[in-house]
Formats: sequence, structure tokens, C-alpha cells
Amino acid sequence: MNPNDLRYTKSHEWISADGTAGVTDHAQHEITDVVFVELPKVGRVCKSAEACCVVESVKAAFDIYTPVSGEIISINTDLSGNPGLVNQSPYEAGWLYKMKISDDSEREKLMTYEQYQEFLKSN
Amino acid sequence: MFIPHTNKQKQEMLQTIGVKSFDELLTNIPQSVLRPPMNLPASMTEMELVRHMEELAEQDRLASSYLGAGAYEHFVPTSVWALALRGEFATAYTPYQAEASQGTLQAIYEFQTLICALLGMDVANASMYDGASAAAEACLVAAKHTGRTDILIPETVHPQTRQVIDTYLSRSEAKTRVIQCPKGILDPETLKQNLSDQTAALLFQNPNFFGGLENVQALSEAAHKSGALVIASTYPVALGLMAPPGEYNADIAVAEAQCLGLPLGYGGPYLGLFACQKELIRKMPGRVVGQTEDNDGRRAFVLTLQAREQHIRREKATSNICTNQALCALASTIYMALLGKQGLRHLAHLNFQKAHYAASELEKHGFPLVFKNPFFNEFVVKCPVPPEKIVQKCATERVLPGLPLGQYFPEHKDHLLVCVTEIKTKQDIDQFVQMLKKI
Amino acid sequence: MNMNSQEKIIEPLLFEKSVPDRAGIPLPASDVPVTLEESHFPASYQRKTPCEWPELSEPQVVRHFTRLSQLNYSIDTHFYPLGSCTMKHNPKVNERLVLLPDFVNLHPLRPHVLSQGILEILFQTEKWLCELCGMDAFTLQPSAGAQGELTGILVGRAYHESRGEKRPVVLIPDSAHGTNPASVAVAGLSVVTVKSTDQGHVDVEDLKAKLNKEVALIMMTVPSTLGLFEPRMAEIAKTVHEAGALVYMDGANLNALVGLVKPGDIGVDILHVNVHKTFSTPHGGGGPGAGPVGVKKHLEDFLPVPRVIKDKDVYRRSLNYPKSIGRVHGFQGNIGVLLRAYCYMRLQGLEGFREMSESAILSANYLRAKLKTLFPKMSKEYCMHEVVVSGEGAFGPGIRTLDVAKRLLDYGFYAPTIYFPLIVPEAMMIEPTENETKETLDSFCQAMEKIIEESKNEPDKLKSAPLTTPVRRLDEVKAARQLNLKYTVNSNL
Repeated sequence: MNPNDLRYTKSHEWISADGTAGVTDHAQHEITDVVFVELPKVGRVCKSAEACCVVESVKAAFDIYTPVSGEIISINTDLSGNPGLVNQSPYEAGWLYKMKISDDSEREKLMTYEQYQEFLKSN
Repeated sequence: MFIPHTNKQKQEMLQTIGVKSFDELLTNIPQSVLRPPMNLPASMTEMELVRHMEELAEQDRLASSYLGAGAYEHFVPTSVWALALRGEFATAYTPYQAEASQGTLQAIYEFQTLICALLGMDVANASMYDGASAAAEACLVAAKHTGRTDILIPETVHPQTRQVIDTYLSRSEAKTRVIQCPKGILDPETLKQNLSDQTAALLFQNPNFFGGLENVQALSEAAHKSGALVIASTYPVALGLMAPPGEYNADIAVAEAQCLGLPLGYGGPYLGLFACQKELIRKMPGRVVGQTEDNDGRRAFVLTLQAREQHIRREKATSNICTNQALCALASTIYMALLGKQGLRHLAHLNFQKAHYAASELEKHGFPLVFKNPFFNEFVVKCPVPPEKIVQKCATERVLPGLPLGQYFPEHKDHLLVCVTEIKTKQDIDQFVQMLKKI
Repeated sequence: MNMNSQEKIIEPLLFEKSVPDRAGIPLPASDVPVTLEESHFPASYQRKTPCEWPELSEPQVVRHFTRLSQLNYSIDTHFYPLGSCTMKHNPKVNERLVLLPDFVNLHPLRPHVLSQGILEILFQTEKWLCELCGMDAFTLQPSAGAQGELTGILVGRAYHESRGEKRPVVLIPDSAHGTNPASVAVAGLSVVTVKSTDQGHVDVEDLKAKLNKEVALIMMTVPSTLGLFEPRMAEIAKTVHEAGALVYMDGANLNALVGLVKPGDIGVDILHVNVHKTFSTPHGGGGPGAGPVGVKKHLEDFLPVPRVIKDKDVYRRSLNYPKSIGRVHGFQGNIGVLLRAYCYMRLQGLEGFREMSESAILSANYLRAKLKTLFPKMSKEYCMHEVVVSGEGAFGPGIRTLDVAKRLLDYGFYAPTIYFPLIVPEAMMIEPTENETKETLDSFCQAMEKIIEESKNEPDKLKSAPLTTPVRRLDEVKAARQLNLKYTVNSNL
């Protein structure tokens, strides 16, 4: 995925137009080495900003929130054998799940790449 | 007591701190609550303490005991506590700095391995408080894992274990339901009638509270068929002979492992075992040690999977347990290492044989067995006089004949639960039978 | 990793020393005329595969565990300033006394006529804990602090419900131990976090804003995890009580108060005591501990059963408390640990306890005074029994508290508690206890000074520390990603 095409949350998740979601490069740096990812069940219907995944490092666990409302339609099963993909490739091989977005306008309201970069700078 | 500072040093320290008197350090504490009177005994010297404790202990001296019911008198080799109480083990704490705690960490890794072998399970944690709390935590795991609420428990599970489970579950969605067992074991047909799509788990104890062996294979199959987990509570010494939980596909195995080298000690500290299949590994409560390597590629051990635990996950942790029973786990590791593969089998045989001899002798002398189920080292006999009277009479000889069951089961008011372990000789048993006969 | 290379292994595992058919501890042959075959023991109930425990001789086992023990730092061998854990001296006499055969042989279900000695000890232990803590009743049943917390919260919840009140919320300061919120969750209540002020005290205004009819209790660690006595404690207790809620005290830091302040006098309704901390029982590499819970009169009926009672000079175990929350231990608790605590109380007496707490406070403040110049962000207040420092701004560039902790091991000190409390960045929590000599405290401060110098001049030394321990820094990521939780001949789990 090209980071320029994605939308971003203040809690450092990204989501693409087709509903693929993950955590940002900034987030994976903060998390440090990911050792385990707990993914949602396929078919789960989530509201936006609902904790649906847990990403664990050796010393911490982070809740990952849904950027928008929708139904989980697939998950990245490669992560169970290789959780480090989240660190190596947060926007490609390290994606977390794909959702069927209920209302695309929710996604439109999220930050663009440029806005997210500004947000990072201001924090 | 145990304070190294001399008066001169105290003054120097206060000076370094920059205060004139100690009480200046306590500025946040209101004077009104500082140093209140307290009614405590005067301090004793070590010499006085030893005498005092010996006198108290002597009051409880015993001749012999046939009481089991969840706590068992087994022989403990001297090496077990001579090693476990070495200061380097006993006065260390949770191995947070792994580089300076490899002794504790490797021993726990060995413990986990020995427990997995014993129970036939994939993974074991570093211990729980006791068998009862391990069983309770297992029920919570099962409810969380299945998303169901009912925990089925036959009445052949130790009544006190059931009480602890009820306390732990009292504020959760999960609820226990007790199944009657008039035959002294859980009938698989009765179980089937009680299983439903809301059953989160079946928890049974084997050998059970009455000493009887449950029909574990059939119970496990029936529970699994309804999508419930199987939690097996077991008695480690018996597993020298008996099928371990892994052989009948239990999802979680728990046990009170006091029998593995720990003293009776009036109920604790004991050792709760918790082991499970690998699917449940991230829902397992408590600490766990894993193997890794250091910067130089040397094999080393470290606490792992910590992100499940309370110090990281706080209210979302798999359990609130922090301090566990590490030193008891170490003692049991030493015990298991001393016993070895052959030793465990021999030990189990001795228990089995002595208990069966005692049962047959008691049966000959007017104390018939109540149940016809196979048993290991504990069994229920019907008494010709009220069991409480037998206990009273034996107490005057400082002997414990067993546990009268009426206090837990009114329908068993004439019944006594008797346990015989490897420490009893044939002569001991014969004398015991004679003693009971005379009452 | 090349597992055959000896230098890659510090001490082989038990399983690597095993040889088939080697005998360990011999057990006598059977002397009864019963064989397995003749008895009613169906094959389907029997074990199919043998239990693969290793086969070692007794001398091998003795050497193995002795060598393992030598890989540990411990109180007996090192200064162990692990904050909030109170790593004080464990008197050796206690170890001898708990192994008296008459204690060892005490079955937990014995009739009371054959357990008067032990029941007297437990009864007195409860009584003296009441006296030291200003409480009206104690249960000795909980096996550790966290189980004590669960017990205490369940007691509080049952109390409110007995008055027809449903109070689903527990307030917890953000400086609290992780067990507090975890225990609240097991008790089926929910956590609301109370903020701390910049000084690390409870933000009383935030507390007041969050206090309402929904709140069952507030859990406070006293002194706090920052080692500070809450200056507005009286006001907090009054406000909480006026709102109909209870004050729960986490007694992890009681070592600062024994003989000096009774928690009951500062408004505490429920507390747990970690006897493995304050009352000197060995920490055992992570337990067993014991977590007795004390309560004020209005909460007594809800304590777990059985309770120890004295009835006309005879001690008994009583189950006759219909409002009790039930049982939290299979029998009556970690009695062997409580026995040691009883012995410790006997050795101390009131004067001994006062001297103990005062000395612990004096030593911590002495450390604080000496470390003040090294740690610019030090709190302005005197501390109680432990001092919390922030590594922020104290070390050379890129050096973290973790590196300093590891380097301390090279200087022969176990590391303080690090990265806790969570509200102090790069925290280091140092608890000297009353037992350490001034000389030891001085050399600890010297080591800290040298390490901070190294952090500026030789940062690589810290990044690669420890250099002198049996193993070097560990790959924890590998441990978590490639789980290996038991020995198998060739594979990971």
C-alpha cells in the first residue's frame, strides 16, 4: 500500500479504501518488537474506535482500534507464525485485517497522510 | 532486631539527610496517629523462641494418621528441603533480572517439563497457590474460552475445592452446577443428561474425593461432544499408574501437588499445578518460563508471555496472580528428580498395594467398602459405630483414623474416608485394624 | 545454536544428565500380600506411556541444584534493593522451626483437639496483626497479596450488597500495582483511575470528581508506590466514607508503618498484608507468600471461612459465618509462611517493630540524600521506606534505566524495581530495608555514581551490560516469538 493513499487515526491505525487496516510505521516503532498479535474473529461487526486487536511486545500490550465501523471479512493469518511482519512491513505484509466498511464517509473524515504527519509533529 | 546502624551512624545519616531528628522525616504523618500504644508481647531472643515453639509444636504430636482427603502424608527425602532452602533459592524473588536469576529460572523450566511429562499435557505454568485455586482459575479460563457459562462439577470433587471455585466464580458470568453421584463416581449417562450447549466445562477429580477412579475416557468424550472443555483435577502420585489427563484429552489439567515433596504443614504452602493444551496457552494464568539465548549465544531462561499478566495488562490480565508458589515448585522439582521414572511407578504401586491390603483387612473385620469402584490409595468404609466416635476414641491415642464424611454429605454419616500411603508398613496397618475393631 | 558445545550451556538440564535405569532415591519393597494384577484395576484406567522423568543418582541431583542455586543473586548473597518487595533478612531460626516434625505432620483436617498448638499460633497471629494494623478482625487464608486483594474486594462488595447497595466501581490511583485492577476485574467490578499530582500524590480534586454512589471502594497503597505518605490521607478517607464507600489499603509497603502508624487510625477499612515482605518470610524465588486481610468490625462477618475462634480456652475452626464470602484456599492458607511471620513477631515485639520501620525510613532517606545530586528529577519530599528516582536527564545520551539496572548487576547489586510506578518516566524504585549497613548503602551510591559516569564516557559498557553474570543480556523477543516452554529432545513447542 502506498502510505499516501491511506487514512489515519489519532491512535495510529491506518485503513485503505478497500478496508484493509493496520498500524502505522510510527506505531510499530513505539511498540518495539512485536511478539504476538491477537486478531478479531472473521464476521465480527465493529463500531468505529472499538478495540478489536491486541499487539504484544515483550513488555507491553496495545489495544488496536477499528478506524471505522464495519464487519471483519478477513485477517492476516501470516502474523501467527511471523508477528515481526508488523515491524518489518507495517503497510504491506504486516496488515492486520480487512473490513467491509459500513459507511465510507467515516473513512473520509479520518486524517490524510499529510495531516497524520502534521499530527505526529505536533505531538 | 537485625538493625546494623550504630547510634553514631544514625547521627551521621541524619546529618547527611540534613535533619536534626528522625521525626522531621515524617512530616506528612499527623502527630495524632503517630506511635500509638499497642498491646504486643515483649520480644524474645532466638533461644527463648526455639523453646516456645517447641512447646507449642509438642502439643500437636501425633502417633499415626490415615487421613488424606486432599492432603497426603508421603515420605520426603532429606535432600529436597536441604537444597530448596539454600539461601540462594529461598531469599531470591521473582526472577525479573534474568541474568542474575538463572538458577530459579532453569529450575522452573525443568519443573514445567516434569509437570508436562507427568500430566501428559503441552504446557504447564510456574505454579498456582494450591490445587483449589488452580481448579477455580481453570473454570474461569474455560468460560472465557468457550463464551459459555455453565461449569458442571460432580459431587465427587473435593467439597472444599468446590467452595473455592464458587468464591472465584461468584462475581463472574460463569456458574457451577453440581451433579449428584450416588455410586461414588460420576455416571457418564447422568453427565450426558446434564450437558448442554451452554456447558463451558466439565471439571472432575480423579481419583475423586472418595478415592474412586472416574470413568475418565467416557466422561471426556461426552463433554467434548457437546463442545465443552474438560478440566481434570488429579493426584500426581497416582499418575505413576493411572492414565494422565493428556491420555484422555483433557484440555486443562490441574492438581494439588503437595504430595510431591511438601509437608502437610496444616494446609500450606502447597502447590497448585496448571497445565493445558497449546490452544489455551495465551489464556493460561500465571507465570511461565521460556528458553532463549544470551548475546553470546549461550542457552538461557527468562520469564515469557508476560503481556498476559497483571503487571502489564492490569484489569485485562488473564488472572490477578502475581507471587505464586515458586519455592514449593522448586522442592517438587527436586523430589521428582530424585524419584525418577522408575521411582514414581514404584511409589504409586506401593500406595496402591498398601491401601488395598488395608481395605481388605478392614472389610474382614466389620468395615465393609461402601463403593465397588476401583480406587488408588483412599477408600470409604461403612462403620459399625458413628465415625465421629471412632475419631474421638482414636484421638486419645493420638491417631487419626480418617475423615468422617457426614460433615460434607449427610447421606454418608456412617462412612469414613481412609487413606494409606507408602509410609505404612503391614504391621502398622494390622495394628490400625485391630484398634478400630476394638471400638 | 550449537547445543553440543559445552561453553554454550551453563548447567545442563536434568534431562540431559539422565541415563536409562539409573536409580535415584530407593523406596522399600512392598511388604503386603497384594499385587496389582489380582486387584480390581482395569487396564483402561492405567497409564499407557510411562512418565518420562529423568533418571539420576542422588549425588547428581544434589550437585545440580547446588550449582543452579549459585547462579542466583539473593538476599543472603547480595544487596537486593527491589522496591516495593521489601527484601529484608529472613531469620534462619524460622526455617528450622517450621520444619519441626510436629508442624510438618499437621494434617489440615485434623480435629481441633489434636491441633491446639497450631490454632493458638494462628489465633495470636491474627490478634497481633489486628493490634499492629488497628483492625478488628483478620483472616489468614489468602495465599499472597493478590489473593488478599481479591478477598478484600469481595468482602467490600458483599458489605455494600448486604445494605442493598449496588456499587460497581473501584477507584484506583494511576500509581497502583497492576494486581489492584486485575483483582477488581476478577471480583466483577470495574476500574476508574484517579490521577496523581505532579508530586505523585493522589489528586484529591480528581478523586472527588469521580466519587459517587457507584463507588464501592478506593484502593490506596500506603505509603504510595512512590514511597510517599499521602499528606491528605485524612481528608481522602473522610470524603470516601461520606460517599458511602470504603477505603482499601494495599499493604505492600507496610514496612514503613509497623509500630509507627496503625492503618485503622487513618481511616482504612480493609487492608491486606504481604507477610513475605513486612514479616520477613522468604520470597522463595517468587513465593509462597501469604496475604492476610484485616477489616474493621462492620466487615468482619464477610471474611472467608473457616475462622479460628477461642471458645472457653479451646481453639476451634469455625464455619458458622453465614454472610461469609466463602473459601479462598483449599484448606486454611499458607500456614508455613504464617508460622514464620509469628516467629518474627515474637522476635521483634513492639520496640523491635518501631526500630525496624524507623531504620527502614532512615536508610531510604539516606540513599535519597546521597543520590539527589545524581538524579535531577528527584521528588522534593522526604520519602518513607523506599525512594523512587527518575532516570530522565540523569544518564548519558541514549542510555536508559534498563541499561543502568543491568550494569548494577556487574557491581554486585541486584537491580532495583524498574519502570514502576508507571507515572514516573524511566523509574527506578530503591528499597534498602532496615537491614543493610551504612557501608553497603555507601558502596551502592558509589556504584551508581560510577555507572552514571560510564553512561557518559563509556556508554557501550552499559549497553552491553551485564558483563560478569553467568549469562549476558537475553533475547526476550526470541523467547516470546519462538516459544520453548519445556525440554523436548529436538524441538520447540
